[in-house]
Amino acid sequence: MDTVIDAHNISKIYNPDTIPVYAVNNVHLHLQKGEFTALVGPSGSGKTTLLNLIGGLDKTDTGNIFINGIDITKLSAGRLIDFRLHNIGFVFQSFNLIPVLTAKENVEFIMQLQGIKKSEREKRIYPLFKQIGLEDKMNSRPSQLSGGQQQRVAVARALASKPQFVLADEPTANLDSKSASNLLDIMALLNKEENMTFIFSTHDQRVIERARRVITLVDGKVESDTAVVDTSVLHETEK
Amino acid sequence: MWLIKMAWKNMWRNRNRTVITMAAIFFAVILSVITSSLKTGIFDNLVKNVVSFYTGYVQVHKQGYWSEQILDNSFDTSGNIENKILSTETVSQIAPRLESFALASSKDITKGCLIVGIDPQKENDITRLKSKLIEGNYLKNSDPGVLLSEGLAKRLQLIPGDTIVLISQGFHGATAAGKYRIQGILKFGSPELNDKALFMPLPLAQDLFSAYGMITSYVLSLKNPKLLEQTAQSIRSAIGSDYEVMTWKQMMPEIQQHIATDSNNMQAVQALLYLLISFGIFSTLLMLMVERKFEMGMLVAVGMKKIKLAILLLIESILTVISGCVLGILVSIPLVYYLNKHPIRLGGETAKIYERFGFEAIFPTSTNIEIFISQGIIVLVIGLILSLYPVYKTIRLNPVAAMKK
Repeated sequence: MDTVIDAHNISKIYNPDTIPVYAVNNVHLHLQKGEFTALVGPSGSGKTTLLNLIGGLDKTDTGNIFINGIDITKLSAGRLIDFRLHNIGFVFQSFNLIPVLTAKENVEFIMQLQGIKKSEREKRIYPLFKQIGLEDKMNSRPSQLSGGQQQRVAVARALASKPQFVLADEPTANLDSKSASNLLDIMALLNKEENMTFIFSTHDQRVIERARRVITLVDGKVESDTAVVDTSVLHETEK
Repeated sequence: MWLIKMAWKNMWRNRNRTVITMAAIFFAVILSVITSSLKTGIFDNLVKNVVSFYTGYVQVHKQGYWSEQILDNSFDTSGNIENKILSTETVSQIAPRLESFALASSKDITKGCLIVGIDPQKENDITRLKSKLIEGNYLKNSDPGVLLSEGLAKRLQLIPGDTIVLISQGFHGATAAGKYRIQGILKFGSPELNDKALFMPLPLAQDLFSAYGMITSYVLSLKNPKLLEQTAQSIRSAIGSDYEVMTWKQMMPEIQQHIATDSNNMQAVQALLYLLISFGIFSTLLMLMVERKFEMGMLVAVGMKKIKLAILLLIESILTVISGCVLGILVSIPLVYYLNKHPIRLGGETAKIYERFGFEAIFPTSTNIEIFISQGIIVLVIGLILSLYPVYKTIRLNPVAAMKK
């Protein structure tokens, strides 16, 4: 399997000069392509900070993060933005769609940033909406969509740039059970069919149950890193 | 192109805020244009009043006359000088004058007066002298009579039909004396002129002062007063250094000073307006930055370059400012034209005071296109400068901090 993320000895320290707080403390992380991983832990354990570091949104204080062999801790701020655009998909807790754009335009927007031609964009958009099951809502504004639908559009937007992996920060936190389950089904399907790598930070037991690897953080340190047996695969094999 | 479309959509995401900002710019542009056009209009009118009152826009004298205004500094009109002046494209009219001082007497009263020899028709074309006639008849070039200013006539207790005696020194020290029938009385706004002016046909004045064929000045009016300096320069080149060509600004520096002072006051009012516009635009930008901080953080997080985001915000600001500006200018055009055709007219005592000094008691606006363009550009530049604030904030944006709730 290809290595997508290889993080060595990464730390993020707040208030280093006064009372240092280790949001992420000497973490080693190795993720392969196609993983469906959940970062779990109590509030303040460093899940979001770790995601931000892996996503190149925040700078590490120590350590290196290699994504597809590129050390993103060495990239300039400008190069990092460009790197994120082409390599990382983001799904945020509060959907964060652009309210003045339709669902289709929100997804297309990322491709416009990438400089993809209109014909190519058009080709890619419909299959994406079909995958998230919202092909009939393409022209709806975010305000016309439910929370679950908005989060599915956010997933489509994250995938539109054909990223190496998708980082999702508590993607189901603002969703009801049905919408959350629906979203997880879509992400699991994308993971299975497209071999798309997903990394979630979550408190949500429903997400943890669906993950195939669960990394538990406590006080910024990895407390456990557990691979979960895919019972459905076993089930299929038995058949 | 998609950035412009997106900016346009963003502009309308908070319709009320955008409309309020545009309205602030709209009214500010209207006020600014009207203030500016009123300022220009009033000053143009003031200059027109002052200039048409007596001096004209430009005067031509023999070199040195202005510093020593004596008959010996008069010049001969037999040369081609008048034609040379008239050949200057921007000169519309020319009137010759022979000016000197004399003692005017009637019975046992004597008073110093200013004798002005004029071509009555040409003089009237420039200074509308005939309109100042309150009694008697206006002059013709061949008339043997004179016109007296009201104050002088009162002082000498004369009325039309009476005779006035003048004694003075003529050209090259010759004795100048004569008696003339009063043909009419003139009333001037300027107390100085009203108390001592006496007008007579040019040939009669030349005869009185033994200055045959001589004049002291040519008074000129212009087709376009804005080309004052260029015209003066062209005439200087055409007639050579034997003559001095003076603009009204040089002859009446106090008026120029008054305009400059008033202009500064008006500029202070305009500066206040611009300040109000600036606050209006800036408060919108502040609100915009706070309201969309999270979204901006998200946009940078997903890979939108900060410079692109800054351009997006810049386009939004520019579109808002331009819309308010264009609407303001469009509405101000008919307003300014209306106020030009139907100027603000003072009434009552104030109007009387204005009229007493020979000024029309009206405040017309100027319809000069430059006013609309310059005010539009000023507001646009203010908008652009203020738009640098979101640009600055965007360049310094930290997506993680921006997305923290």
